[in-house]
Amino acid sequence: MTRPAAMAGAARTTAPVVVRSGELSKGGRRHLLSVAELGAEGIEEILEVSDAFVEVGRRSIPKVPSLRGRTVVTLFAEQSTRTRLSFETAAKRLSADVLSFSVDTSSVKKGESLRDTVETVAAMGVDAFVVRHTSAGAPAAVARWVDASVVNAGDGWHEHPTQALLDCYTIRQVLAERSGRPSQGAGTGCFVGLRVAIVGDVRHSRVARSLVLALGALGAEVTLVAPGSLLPPSLEGWPVTKVSYDLDAVLPHVDVCYLLRLQSERGAGAFLPSVREYSAWYGLTSRRAALLGDGALVMHPGPMNRGVEIADDVAALPQSLVLRQVSNGVAVRMAVLFMLLGQVGSGGAAPDLAPTLAPTPGTVPGA
Amino acid sequence: MVDASGERVADVVVRGGLVAEVGPDLAVPRGATVLEAGGCLVSPGLVDLHTHLRQPGAEDSETVETGARAAALGGFTAVVAMPNTDPPVDSAAVALEVLALGEGAMCRVAVAGAITMGRAGERLAPMGELASLGVRLFTDDGTGVQDGAVMRRALEYARGFDVTLAQHCEDEALARGGHMHEGEWSSRLGVPGIPAEAEEMMVARDIALTRLTGGRMHFLHLSTARSAALVAAAKAEGLAVTAEVTPHHLTLTHAELAGYDPVFKVNPPLRVQADVAALRAACGDGTLDAVATDHAPHAPERKDDTLDAAPPGMLGLQTALPVVLGALCGSAGNGAGGDGGGRHAAPRHGAPAMTRAAVLGLLSWRPARIAGLARDQGGDQGGPIEPGAPGNICVIDPAATWEVDPVRLASRSRNTPWAGRAMTGQVRHTLFRGEPVVVDAEAQR
Repeated sequence: MTRPAAMAGAARTTAPVVVRSGELSKGGRRHLLSVAELGAEGIEEILEVSDAFVEVGRRSIPKVPSLRGRTVVTLFAEQSTRTRLSFETAAKRLSADVLSFSVDTSSVKKGESLRDTVETVAAMGVDAFVVRHTSAGAPAAVARWVDASVVNAGDGWHEHPTQALLDCYTIRQVLAERSGRPSQGAGTGCFVGLRVAIVGDVRHSRVARSLVLALGALGAEVTLVAPGSLLPPSLEGWPVTKVSYDLDAVLPHVDVCYLLRLQSERGAGAFLPSVREYSAWYGLTSRRAALLGDGALVMHPGPMNRGVEIADDVAALPQSLVLRQVSNGVAVRMAVLFMLLGQVGSGGAAPDLAPTLAPTPGTVPGA
Repeated sequence: MVDASGERVADVVVRGGLVAEVGPDLAVPRGATVLEAGGCLVSPGLVDLHTHLRQPGAEDSETVETGARAAALGGFTAVVAMPNTDPPVDSAAVALEVLALGEGAMCRVAVAGAITMGRAGERLAPMGELASLGVRLFTDDGTGVQDGAVMRRALEYARGFDVTLAQHCEDEALARGGHMHEGEWSSRLGVPGIPAEAEEMMVARDIALTRLTGGRMHFLHLSTARSAALVAAAKAEGLAVTAEVTPHHLTLTHAELAGYDPVFKVNPPLRVQADVAALRAACGDGTLDAVATDHAPHAPERKDDTLDAAPPGMLGLQTALPVVLGALCGSAGNGAGGDGGGRHAAPRHGAPAMTRAAVLGLLSWRPARIAGLARDQGGDQGGPIEPGAPGNICVIDPAATWEVDPVRLASRSRNTPWAGRAMTGQVRHTLFRGEPVVVDAEAQR
């Protein structure tokens, strides 16, 4: 995962970047494009590092100098508020310089290509691109074009790896709290046999793809619950235990009920007769929430459509982790950025978590 | 020497653009240029039924001149230029322009006409006028004719002109928005898919329309096992149908898209291993009549984009012969067969090896007939190599090895799926109308 700083100015390579499973862990990581690259070991490593950053987040000044002098660009070619803010907050708390770049896809189509846009930004000297794009594979393309590290912040229907990581982190944190042990050093044993239902528009969901891969790698038993038109055409190669069309039958037997956002246009008659019908069959209403076993967790990646996939009062239940997911998101993204950019030299160096209480000499104007 | 009449060892003397003598141990005429062909196959020039030359309209991707040069280097002495140019070949003026551009080219450039005006699938193009200019194949390639009634009228109208309609089989309602084969990889990658049924439904419909009209139909670039089975059944029934397959559908699968590399985006999309195996078997059992390249150049700046934004298509003319020999004969080979990477279909998977003569038939004399370019149809392609025949010949070294370097290909574009791959089998010389246009794998002009 370490990338020597000197490489930033090296000649651009046009060869496709081959990323093999496992390569991203233990010091060789350059990009985070897919959860599939991480494996159980890589996921556990990120969760462990996240623990340290959760601790940082609890400080009165939640900022550390780990990425001082590094530049992170958030390149978003799709509407997003929470993911962008989360990444930018993470980068700033690591003392990185953050450039925020919105690509209006229509203007890119009119003129400059995505490649030219990306290479132009890269030429300014950038250490990492955080890429959100409507096209599946766009972060992989950016990784082909530039030398900087690339973090996939959501690409089309493909993946949203940091969302899955923060979800896993949140599950692990809650289960550790319940068992009365610190989550630090807890490993990922809590996922083995954990029964998770992922409910909703799996077909069009990058969150679902990343989460299924992460939970599958960690040994969880994943059940997909969706109407037939919102399941992917093939589940070959998906680490999924079961597919169900009957949410009521599934709910009593799960430890986690993970609700996906239903995009309103899906309910316009093409994939579903109506949003109302979806809600009647697949929404987590109060009645359905009562079917959940004691202690079962309710999760949602946000933004929520209250009254569609989740009832307002269900979102407010104590076992609903929606806001905790958001706050953990910053720490997990700090961990990812730190692991990609922070460990100059040999891998495995501990994060520099010394508090940043005053401007460091290098940041004083005119110094 | 290999042609439709079989294999034999012989020398060939070509004089004045025609084959003068064929036989063992011929004397070298005074002043003759001698092209060595020891250990090589001497075949009638190859004929590509499916070439996108991009002129007029997209000269930054390819021109008639550069495409014909790539063809000659690939052993082709004739190509059928697809009509999806800008403007499309739906009028005599555009057909004449392309034919004129082909006059000085390094191979024969035949022109296919559009079935409908603007390839819009609504009003018939002037087939009679185009046929009078020598157009023998009509297609809206790039899209299929969606409206069954329009296709029916086209088949009926075409009967009077001794021409063949060729269909790009793709039901748009099912395929719309797709960028790769719908299946395991599209689901994993989160890429909208094109189901095999989008092709098969139109193959089935057009077989029914061929039956209804008594017309003649050629199926372009079939990509699925069930498409081949439908064609086999139609042939068994006695319908006048023919079909082609591309080199890439005989070798590559949708797993190539795992890295989102747009060079592997093509339409119809790369399918699954079982389709590759079935298409190879269908070459061997006579269901498929021709291998056609669907050579589809795209300028690098348009192809090197995200997968959904990049246009579909890949180069094919210069790599077709070794790829197909490797896939179907197993005698020659290429990166497609057992390269250890496991990404490609193994040679002869599930099907007996074909003879080299049978494979050359798929690339030369059988497509020549579909294109209306065979000698007994008034054309000059597809052999056999005999005294008095036109001097359209290619010489193939089946053992020569070479590496595909996209920059060194003659095409103006670089979108070959075989970049960096070792090929076994190379076109050594190509004679076009008696002129050695390729000598020792180098273009002579």
